[in-house]
Amino acid sequence: MSTAVRDAARATKWELVIGLEVHCQLKTRSKIFCGCATSFGEAPNRNTCPVCLGLPGALPVLNAHAVELATRTSLALGCTVHPISVFARKNYFYPDLPKGYQISQFDRPLATNGTIVIGANDDGSPRQIRVHRVHMEEDAGKSVHDRFPNVSAIDLNRAGTPLVEIVSEPDLRSGADAGIYLRRMKQILECIEVSDANMEEGSLRVDVNISIRPRGTEPLGTKTEVKNLNSFSAVERAVELEFARQCDLLDAGGTVEQQTLLYDDKRNQVRPARSKEGSHDYRYFPEPDLPSLVLDPAWIEAQRIALPELPDARRARFAASFALPVHDIEQLTTSTPLAERFESLARASGNARRAANWLLGPVLASVNASGITLDDHPVGIDRLAALIRLDAEGAVSNTAARQLFLLMEQDSGTPLEIARREGLLQVSDDSALIGWIDEVLAECPAEAARFFAGEKKLQGVLVGHVMKKSKGAADPRKVNQLLGARAG
Amino acid sequence: MAVTEQDVRHVAQLARLGIDAAELPRLVSELNGILEHMDVLRQVALDALDASDADAGSAGIPLAMGMPLRPDGTPPIPLLHPRESFAPAMRDGFFLVPRLATHGTVGTSASDDLSTEDGE
Amino acid sequence: MSYHTVTYAWERFDLVRAGADGLNAFVSVDRDGSRTEADRIMQAQHLGPLAGVPVAIKDNIATLTLPTTCASRMLAGYISPFEATAVQRLRLAGAVVIGKTNMDEFAMGSSTENSAYGPTRNPIDSSRVPGGSSGGSAAAVAAGVVAIALGSETGGSVRQPAAFCGVVGIKPTYGRVSRHGLVAYASSLDNIGVFGTSVHHAALGLQTIAGHDPLDATSAHRAVPRMIPEPSDASYPLRGIVVGRPAEYFPPSLDPRIRHHCDRALDQLRALGAEVRDVSLPNTDLAIPVYYIIAPAEASSNLARFDGVRYGRRARGEGLREMYERTRAEGFGAEVTRRILLGTYVLSAGYYDAYYRRAQAVRQRITQDFANVFTDGVHVLFTPTAPTTAFKLGGHADPYEMYLSDIFTVTANLAGIPAMSQPIGRVEGLPVGGQLMAAHFDEVIMLRVAGALERRLGAEAHQ
Repeated sequence: MSTAVRDAARATKWELVIGLEVHCQLKTRSKIFCGCATSFGEAPNRNTCPVCLGLPGALPVLNAHAVELATRTSLALGCTVHPISVFARKNYFYPDLPKGYQISQFDRPLATNGTIVIGANDDGSPRQIRVHRVHMEEDAGKSVHDRFPNVSAIDLNRAGTPLVEIVSEPDLRSGADAGIYLRRMKQILECIEVSDANMEEGSLRVDVNISIRPRGTEPLGTKTEVKNLNSFSAVERAVELEFARQCDLLDAGGTVEQQTLLYDDKRNQVRPARSKEGSHDYRYFPEPDLPSLVLDPAWIEAQRIALPELPDARRARFAASFALPVHDIEQLTTSTPLAERFESLARASGNARRAANWLLGPVLASVNASGITLDDHPVGIDRLAALIRLDAEGAVSNTAARQLFLLMEQDSGTPLEIARREGLLQVSDDSALIGWIDEVLAECPAEAARFFAGEKKLQGVLVGHVMKKSKGAADPRKVNQLLGARAG
Repeated sequence: MAVTEQDVRHVAQLARLGIDAAELPRLVSELNGILEHMDVLRQVALDALDASDADAGSAGIPLAMGMPLRPDGTPPIPLLHPRESFAPAMRDGFFLVPRLATHGTVGTSASDDLSTEDGE
Repeated sequence: MSYHTVTYAWERFDLVRAGADGLNAFVSVDRDGSRTEADRIMQAQHLGPLAGVPVAIKDNIATLTLPTTCASRMLAGYISPFEATAVQRLRLAGAVVIGKTNMDEFAMGSSTENSAYGPTRNPIDSSRVPGGSSGGSAAAVAAGVVAIALGSETGGSVRQPAAFCGVVGIKPTYGRVSRHGLVAYASSLDNIGVFGTSVHHAALGLQTIAGHDPLDATSAHRAVPRMIPEPSDASYPLRGIVVGRPAEYFPPSLDPRIRHHCDRALDQLRALGAEVRDVSLPNTDLAIPVYYIIAPAEASSNLARFDGVRYGRRARGEGLREMYERTRAEGFGAEVTRRILLGTYVLSAGYYDAYYRRAQAVRQRITQDFANVFTDGVHVLFTPTAPTTAFKLGGHADPYEMYLSDIFTVTANLAGIPAMSQPIGRVEGLPVGGQLMAAHFDEVIMLRVAGALERRLGAEAHQ
């Protein structure tokens, strides 16, 4: 059986059920329960104090800004934020967990019942993935195992960094679904400025729960959990691998064992974690050092009102306001700076379609190549709008406009000034064009003869020669007209 | 609900308390002796209200107000003696612990894995 | 009111042999440092309210120069890199810390016998325990070495030793005194408390350390009233005060000699103008079971940080797991081990609902019992502090029998209300404590009643 046939057979028989647990670091200056800085790259254990070292007698005090960012996150995900939530201790021993427990939230989380839209259903309705809960907790430190022989080295700088854990319902059905869900979530988190939300850097961490069930049945199968995923595409690949593994197991008459698996990016494999699963007993109980977190409903409402326009709303608005392909809208709304720039540019240039093409084409290419941000790009909105107008009016050719853009990156003049200086303005003056046509016909007598004999397809070649001779300044439409007229 | 040796072994493992097998019978009988007195609680009729109160109360701390919050960027409590003065083993600023059994070979690192708890 | 000096404290220390060769009330002392500090303070321009007054600190409260070991092998030699708020406030007021006092390991015990440093002896009768867990501080005050000492309370660990040693001990309202720097045993029950030779001294100590602290999220945001009672020459200084006498604290089984002293004190309260009213706190008999579920549960989690990684004792072990298990087996004594096991058990999967959740629900009822009485117009409750006088060293071999010595004190910790013990007489030469309890943050009225009773009893309090 070919791979494709086997994949199709699996997908016909089995349905994949995925739930995601996402840990996201919040962008606060200090840690969640102490005043230590959350900055990266410090010497080991430099950012530690009695509280995050778990010294005897030290007590946690909750960071107000962490509450604000977690609330904003919950609201942006459409969750109900609860006026009362309770911190709890999750007890386990690990050397990078200084107190022997993690302060988290358990049976009374900050927020519940949200959604993330990941496209549309067949009937056109939005495809909603339910967010089960959002809760706050503290990050653990880092254990470094390859630094010294025979010992592990513990760095607690990260211990106590504020996290939100965002838990989805098992509503995702494919690796691609998981990828879209995560990208949408990342857009939202970036849009509301609560997190860098970067998987590669560890500010967004994803655990995937995967089970399969015979298509058309309800009960969930035994799930496995895949960890150690460091990119969205790793999540997508790991999901498909684990789907195939579970299908093969059940097809062969075996059973899926509840376990934790680690994804190996280099080998594109999932393998069982060596830790003993099932022996965990976290002995959660309410954190006695922290009273209940009580939030004023009016404050929660004010946070909701203060939310910026979210990516979904922006997409809908763009679709209604601008006649643009869905794909372009999708791309333009991947980040707030890009979307805002597009809107300014569309307004300034009076041409949304061209504004989108310019931004998604040359501008993004230039930004990606140079590594500078959109805001710092040397071709600002006003000059870019002027260039778009020159292009739209036909004052410069498409080719010349591209050249002009490159020149504008080096030169702060207006596009018109630069085009004039560089001779990039389109020549549509008949006498100049006729002069170039005459020269070309004289220089290529053979092609000219065949053209006049009726070989119409040579017109393009001759226009090309004229364009070359004019160094791109000739208006190709006009040249075509004049040549066509000569041929009769 | 009597505690067995198996229970005590399990609980000692959870609590990372090394316990001599010889001590188990004594511990079992002490714990049972104590827990016997706790059984009176099981005869108390609790209504639903009691249960929800117990959940809500942050361990029953008798404070009328909710949690006080700290402004972001409040400076940390300073360490007036260096970490080296109290750490059992430190090198280059790291706390050292015996190598985890799951990381026997040099070159493996699960540093970013939030869930490597109970690594052995 | 005058206080004795640091120099006197050391003379007295040597005279009563308060150190390891005698009472064993102290586990570490700072003889030279405290003298230098006293000299420095007395030469200062502005003298604080406790300028030059020697104080002793229980060994589970963080100090910067003396070790903070909780009388445990686990923390032998550990010097905290930060100072408890309560200690800081005492020092700001001019007090001089002369030493750290002995205790039951991690405050788990009622006799100060569970100490890595060996037991403390009762200054009244050295064959007997001083009570616990703050037995060292109680003994240091009773022996006259210091007039003020800090202890800590989780289930009666200040009041019970105060009763056994014939001194005054106050457990303030939960949240009145910052726990920052108090090594946690059971966070929802822990309080720093104060011992004094008199109500005045104890109240002065409390006044100094009370008040909001941003470093403790359970510290109350409340102004601190003046709690030190002023002596009144009125004929009926307690007129208008209602003293409740809860029946459950005077069971038929109560030692009649202790009952007698309580009755005498209640008579004096009446004589001072107070109304004594019989009241009931019906859930009292559930307090010990509730306490011995909640306290070990929280302890099992609070003591997880002692893992040999960042500070304190570390045992050698092949691999991490063995290091953990040996460190904790060697570092903790028998009672601590027992409570960690018990606490881990009641929180573990399958038992949480039956034990911990139920205990919390019953705790709410106990709290409600007190609230009902206080809203009914009762200002303070009067009870015996402990069911017995100081018992012999080694006298309570069974753990649960020992737990029962907290029977009259744990309720105030469960409810978070202020409570105190003061001497009200002696039985066969051994002190008997009378307990006062008041509504949340009503230390003022509690101390006013205590001060009036102390004055009225006079020498009778020690007879």
